[in-house]
Amino acid sequence: MCLAVPGKVVSLQDDGTGQVDYMGTTVLANFSLLPGVKVGDWVIVHAGFAISRLDRAEARRTLRLFQELEKLNSAD
Amino acid sequence: MPPRKSSLETLSDWRSGPTIRNLLRAISRETEAINRPLRIMEVCGTHTMTLHRSGLKPLLKEAGVVMVSGPGCPVCITPDYYHEAVIDLVTSQKNIIATTFGDMTRVPTGRGSLQTTVPSPGSEIKIVYSPDEALELAGQHPEKEVMFFGAGFETTIPAIAFTAKKAAATGLKNFTLLAALWLIPPALEAILRSGEVDIDGFIYPGHVSVIIGQQAYSFVAEKYRLPGAIAGFEPADVLLGILSVVRQVRAGRPEVANEYRRAVRAEGNPGALALMAEMLEPYEAEWRGLGRIKNSGLRLKSEWQKLEAARRFNLRLQPGKSLKSGCRCGEVLKGLLEPVDCPLFARHCNPDHPQGPCMVSYEGACLIEYKYSSGEKKK
Ligand code: SF4
Repeated sequence: MCLAVPGKVVSLQDDGTGQVDYMGTTVLANFSLLPGVKVGDWVIVHAGFAISRLDRAEARRTLRLFQELEKLNSAD
Repeated sequence: MPPRKSSLETLSDWRSGPTIRNLLRAISRETEAINRPLRIMEVCGTHTMTLHRSGLKPLLKEAGVVMVSGPGCPVCITPDYYHEAVIDLVTSQKNIIATTFGDMTRVPTGRGSLQTTVPSPGSEIKIVYSPDEALELAGQHPEKEVMFFGAGFETTIPAIAFTAKKAAATGLKNFTLLAALWLIPPALEAILRSGEVDIDGFIYPGHVSVIIGQQAYSFVAEKYRLPGAIAGFEPADVLLGILSVVRQVRAGRPEVANEYRRAVRAEGNPGALALMAEMLEPYEAEWRGLGRIKNSGLRLKSEWQKLEAARRFNLRLQPGKSLKSGCRCGEVLKGLLEPVDCPLFARHCNPDHPQGPCMVSYEGACLIEYKYSSGEKKK
């Protein structure tokens, strides 16, 4: 029921549903709770509904933070 | 085959060994400065899963952080009498299709489980993956009563509210909901107010927070002066949340940090919140282990009572004879007992013969402990 990993939107239909791809497996999701979703977006789906779209800039920021930690640790 | 994705979207960065080691070292540095071990509650069962599956629990202990499981398992905190009411209904009445999520069917109660129940002729218990699927069944079976029995936190509630709204709009007369809907912030407040469990901070559930946002927890920092961080579900996400809590402890500055910013916005999901407010209202709900908590549950508003299964079928949602199994799930859910310290753990209670819901749900601390620690007994 709770897929903690994100999936990628691969198609959208007029009725507010669409397909989300999880490394090759696609599931049908309802996008009514996520207005403005586009094909190519990464989303979190829960109980058949997409509830969040991943923000790439924020993801990149966190990954940069990991790199900074690396520098900090190698400085020890 | 070309690589599926750039590193941004693959999960490997959030699972990489060096990143995990660096985060653990950063955490140790803080706990060394604080000079005492910290106890942090991971509220959500899916975080419990990440901690066990990736073997982080013992590593964190070495880094000076003991993780304590919390109430974040909807199947676990739903009292037995919900299941018993559904069992009574399908065994006493014909032509009822009771639909529910898979793990709900295995919860043992004084009247058996939904899985072992033999329904009346024409009645059945069916597993669905979403409440929407239950509504479709109602459309396909106008001659039957279709009931959706679901338990969930804020993550699942919008889906159920959406389905309720759609059911009301389609005017189907044979669809009802028995929804055990629970809210995380009031439960945290009840845990803090009781003062029973000694913790230094919270890791807040990532996907509940996707819906409710950051503000919902501000009382924890302001009123109870306790640190906390919203975290995602990859190993590095959880460690990042823990690092934030540990830093807040060291600085003596509790706040609600958001360490899952790629998915959680400060304001949550406004559309989902509006839908919840349109269809549902808060009430004093009863939680397994935690008891009655003010405004901790949601139920259909009075204008949608036609969809309320408890009303349609006159269900008795009250504690009956309790199952005398010795299950201590209630204490596990409050962080007072570790699964391995339950005398039944791995002896009389295992995934094939669960004695309580914490050994049934994939978010249940007992099942997770059993699966990933191979039933090892703690000294
Ligand atoms: S191990 Fe089994 S009996 Fe003990 S608390 Fe967990 S679910 Fe209940």
